[in-house]
Order: sequence, then C-alpha cells, then structure tokens
Amino acid sequence: MSARADAGVTVAVPDRVRHLLRIADTSLVLAQRLGEWVGHGPAIEEDLGLANTALDLLGQARLLLAYAGELEGRGRSEDALAFLREEADFLNATLAEQPNGDFGDTIVRQFLIDAYQLELYEQLMTSADPRLAEIAAKAVKETRYHLRFSSAWLVRLGDGTAESHGRVQGSLDRLWPFTRELFDADNLDRAIAVAGIGPQLAALGAAWSARVDAVLAEAMLRRPAASPYRWYGKQGLHSEHLGYLLADLQHLQRTHAGASW
Amino acid sequence: MSDAHDWPLYEIFIRARGGLDHKHVGSVHAVDATMAVEHARDVYTRRQEGVSIWVVRSGDIVASDPAESDSLFEPARDKIYRHPTFYDIPKEVETL
Amino acid sequence: MYTQGLLEQGSKTVTVAAVEDAERLQRFEAKIDAEEKIEPKDWMPDAYRQTLIRQISQHAHSEIVGMLPEGNWITRAPTLLRKSILIAKVQDEGGHGAYLYSAAETLGISRAEMIDQLLAGKAKYSSIFNYPTLSWADIGAIGWLVDGAAIMNQIPLCRCSYGPYARAMIRICKEESFHQRQGYDIMLKLARGTVGQRRMAQDALDRWWWPSLMMFGPPDGASQHTALSVRWKIKRFTNDELRQKFVDFTVPQAKFLDISVPDPDMRWDEAAGQHRFGEINWAEFHEVLKGNGPCNRERLTARRNAHDAGRWVREAAAAYAAKHTARSVAAA
Repeated sequence: MSARADAGVTVAVPDRVRHLLRIADTSLVLAQRLGEWVGHGPAIEEDLGLANTALDLLGQARLLLAYAGELEGRGRSEDALAFLREEADFLNATLAEQPNGDFGDTIVRQFLIDAYQLELYEQLMTSADPRLAEIAAKAVKETRYHLRFSSAWLVRLGDGTAESHGRVQGSLDRLWPFTRELFDADNLDRAIAVAGIGPQLAALGAAWSARVDAVLAEAMLRRPAASPYRWYGKQGLHSEHLGYLLADLQHLQRTHAGASW
Repeated sequence: MSDAHDWPLYEIFIRARGGLDHKHVGSVHAVDATMAVEHARDVYTRRQEGVSIWVVRSGDIVASDPAESDSLFEPARDKIYRHPTFYDIPKEVETL
Repeated sequence: MYTQGLLEQGSKTVTVAAVEDAERLQRFEAKIDAEEKIEPKDWMPDAYRQTLIRQISQHAHSEIVGMLPEGNWITRAPTLLRKSILIAKVQDEGGHGAYLYSAAETLGISRAEMIDQLLAGKAKYSSIFNYPTLSWADIGAIGWLVDGAAIMNQIPLCRCSYGPYARAMIRICKEESFHQRQGYDIMLKLARGTVGQRRMAQDALDRWWWPSLMMFGPPDGASQHTALSVRWKIKRFTNDELRQKFVDFTVPQAKFLDISVPDPDMRWDEAAGQHRFGEINWAEFHEVLKGNGPCNRERLTARRNAHDAGRWVREAAAAYAAKHTARSVAAA
C-alpha cells in the first residue's frame, strides 16, 4: 500500500484521528454487544468463545483509542474517548451497533465484520503509519480466528436444520444493507488511501465480497441484493440502537464525573 | 425442556510447550472434531496453557480395567533388577 | 468457585450400610487412608459416587449461575480495562463450570442430565447468587468476599480423594486468585475515591458480608454429611473451621479499606487468637436455599431462557455434523 502512497501527501491530524476512531469504535461497539451475551449463550463453550472475541475486540479498541488520544494531543485517554464522547462523535460502522437478536443474528453480524476487519487489518499492516501497522499486525491474528469461529457457525446454521437455515437467511437479509457503508469511500477514506495510511475501500470491498461469497456458498445461503440505502455510522449518523448502547456503556463515568475507578 | 441428548463428548489433550507430551486436561462437548478443537481452545487455553491440542471422541478411548490391575501391573513389581539403582557400583568406577 | 456447604443441603441421608461389598469397601478406604486418589473406573461405594455427583454438579451449577449477577455489570463497567477484566472473570466462571461438569461426567452422569436438573429447579447451587448486584461496588465485593470465601472452601478440595475433581479444582484455584485480587482492587479504588464511591463500597460490604459467611454452610452441629465426607476425604475441614478462617482473614482487609463489617458483635478475642462474630441469620439462609431469595426466580429464568433460545442452534450444529459425517463415510 505504501507503494501506492503519494509521498508528499499528508492528512491533517483531526482527520487521522477520525480515521482511527472509525476502526476503534467498530471494535469497541461490537465488543460491547458481545459482552451482553456472556452467561446467555446457547452452550457453555459458545459463551466462552464469544467472550474471547469480545476481549480481543476490546483490546484492539483500547490500543486504537489510546493512539487516537495521543495523536489528537488534547490529553484524552482511551477511557475519555470511550466514555465521554457523545453519540454523534462515535464513528463505528452502523452494522456493529445492531442488536444481538438471536444467535444467528449475532453470528451473521460477526461474520460480516470479521471478514471486513480481516481484509482491513491485512492492508493496514503495510500502512504508512507505523504505529497503526503495528496494531494491525496484532489484530490480524485475532481476527483470523474470529472469522474462523463465525464462518464455522454460519455454515453450521446455514446447512443445519430447515429452521436454522431459514432463521440465518433472515438474519443475513436484515443485516446485509448495513454492509454497503463499509466499502463506500467518502472524502476522508479517499484522503487516507491517497496518503497510504489505509486501503482503497473499493479494492477492499472486492476482496471482502469474494471471501464472503465463498462462505455463503458453503453455508447454502443466498447473497442478498445490494441495498439502495446507505448508512453513515462512520460519519456519526447512527441507527436508533447506539444511544441505548452508549447509555449503558457510559452510565457510571457520567454519573460520577471525575471519579477514578 | 430436556434436549434428547447433548453433543458428543471429546477428551482433550494439550501440549503445554514444545518438548513436552500432550497431557489429558479434561473434556468438552462438540458436534465434531473441528468444533472440539475450538472448544478446547476456548475452555482450556485461556492463559496460554498450550501450543497444540489433540481431541479424541471419549467413546473411542479403550482403557485397561482397574479390576485387572493386579495381573497387568503387579508382575513388574519384583523386576527390581530393571532399575539402575539395583546395582552397587564401587565408587572408584566412574562414568557408569 | 462457590462450593458452599452444599453437601449438607436437603440431600438424602447417605448410609454406609447400603454398601454390601465389605471387602471392596475396605480396599477402597485403605486407598483413601493412604492418600491415593480414586479414579473414574475404580470401584467406589455408591454413596461416594452419589455424594460426589451431587457436590460436583452443584458446584458446576454455581459457576454457571454465578455468571449472571456479575455479567449484569459487563456492559456498565466503568473503564475499558475493568470491562476486559470482568469479561475475563465471568468467562473463567463459565470455564470452571465446564471443568466441573466434565469431572462429574466421569462418574457416569451426563451433562445434559445435570443441566436438566438445574433448570427443573431440582438441583441446588450456591445461594449467594440469588442476591442482586446493585452497584459497581458489588462487583468488587463479590470478588473480594465471595471469591475469597470460595477459595477458602476450594483449596482443600484440590486434595479431594476423587482424582478428576481434585485436578479440576487445582486448575480452578490457580485461576481463582486473580478473581479475588481484582475484587479487592476495585474496593480499594472506591474506598480511596469520592464520597459517592465510598458510600457505594460500604453499602456493598453491608449487603454481601452475611451472605458470604453463609457460603460455608450450616454450623457443624447442624450438618449431616460432614463426618462421612471428611472420612472419605471429599471434604477436609468443617464448615465452622473454614468460616472462622475467612472472618480472621477478612476483617483486617476491611479495616484497611476503612469500611466497617456490619456486625456489632464483632470483636477480637485475644485469648482465643481469633475474631468472635454475631449470630448468622440461618432462617434467611434456608429461605434463599429453598428458592425464596431476592433473585432465585430471575436466575433460573435466565438460565432457562438461554437454554431454550439456544436449542435450535445446538440442533442445527448436530444436524450439520450428522450430515457431513454421513457424507464423508459415503465418500470413503
């Protein structure tokens, strides 16, 4: 990717911070959702598996938020960014904040994001930003396992019973419209790509699509048609669900302002 | 409320690090060997306890019968000459 | 974590007289006296097997139900690090449940059967989890007190005469000490924090202190199974011995936090070299155990809902595996 980079091109710090927050918030919000599962999974072993993924995602979010805070230079820590930003300042993909639903919904959401994150982190490993490349190198190993877990489950559910097939096809149909946002580049995405900090989203989308199609075929699932509507979570415009998620997430920090935990 | 049956049981063996044998650590329930490996990873290696996992269907393990322990293992008891400590070697003899 | 004196609770009386084979029993007991472990395929008296199944499965259920009150705070943990720690801890409890079900299955009972007993309300689990977690300080208090009490109960179980149980407990105890420390660490932060945080810490100690003492089970005089369990080295200390030790360890820790144990009768007995403490409300203990605690219904409902909502998932996975095994056999 750095080969594609135009050496003299720089991106303003606030934009680099926003780019980091898009990646960090997607992991953070997804981890928060997975945290809701702990103790309620379909089998003990699945509970542990989802919790492991949640822990990895939280770890990624913390590294990225801490870096974003440093880069920003206004003294905001990972916790200040996670607990004291308002909804419109969260830049996660809208897909990540969608409610857990049933286990099938959770697996589909996870699978779509895992496949996206794997492509993303693989590209970020050669980012012109060495710190981001380092974080991506760690995250890519975790994500490879996440995708293995979610793909295996997607295939089991898709090719399991008639009931499971019907349910999980429904989950896919419901969640598919949120994937468009992941690969529709806006000005920020383009600037980041030109500077060699992040990948071209169109190329990322093509790789993602191929990977997803292969698993969907094995799972006997039909790929839904492309959605005409595009979500803008990465620009701070969310679905109705994020507000509630943040109310839970931020409740203690906001009730006890300035306290240390 | 009851499920007709649980997923099958797999016995889990883990190699803690290179150079050591795989050691039995417990069991997990899983539908197949692939899932058993994943479950073993999540249940038994959360603190880097392993670098390699073996899974075996519990039903496929054949074990000796404790009731026959006497005839299986007692006969080895009096073969003390198999052990190096059986032999008294004079101190003067080195490297033996 | 979390065996309490469950062994004593509401179970049928175990009588050695039921054992016909005197000679095998003698050999079995000689083995136990010699500190040898009993392994799954070894002969064992039925009473020993049943006692272990009951104790290990109750212990496993306690781990699984115990995930609920703490899981209640995962989404609201006050920092990202605390959230990670709490997820890891609650996940460990699921892991401990898995180890214990696995140990119990070596005795000839299936996990499905044990889980059915739990969901049908026929099995017991540690009554402490029928109390609500109302504030973040409760997460601290549970780690500090409940895990502390559990560790005290569990360390002797690492030497339990039944091999698979002892091995599971060794693994559990190794993982458990992080649980207690993270709890005390939460309490320390609160105790040195704002007025609101200190109030939260005191309130948590007020609510969790007595239920923690109850975790050791009824007083020795009222406990029907201790003698046999001690003889067979399933249990190695009596309930009262362990409870006393817990109090002696914990009171100074509370003092260090500068919060007070809610017991006006608590005092240091210089001559005896131990703390004297007030009367435990055993009526409350028995009520909670019977199902009348503040959260009994909620906890069981949550477990049943998870089980029922997960059925189609478990069935799908089994159906998938069956299809693919059949396919690969056909291909071979």
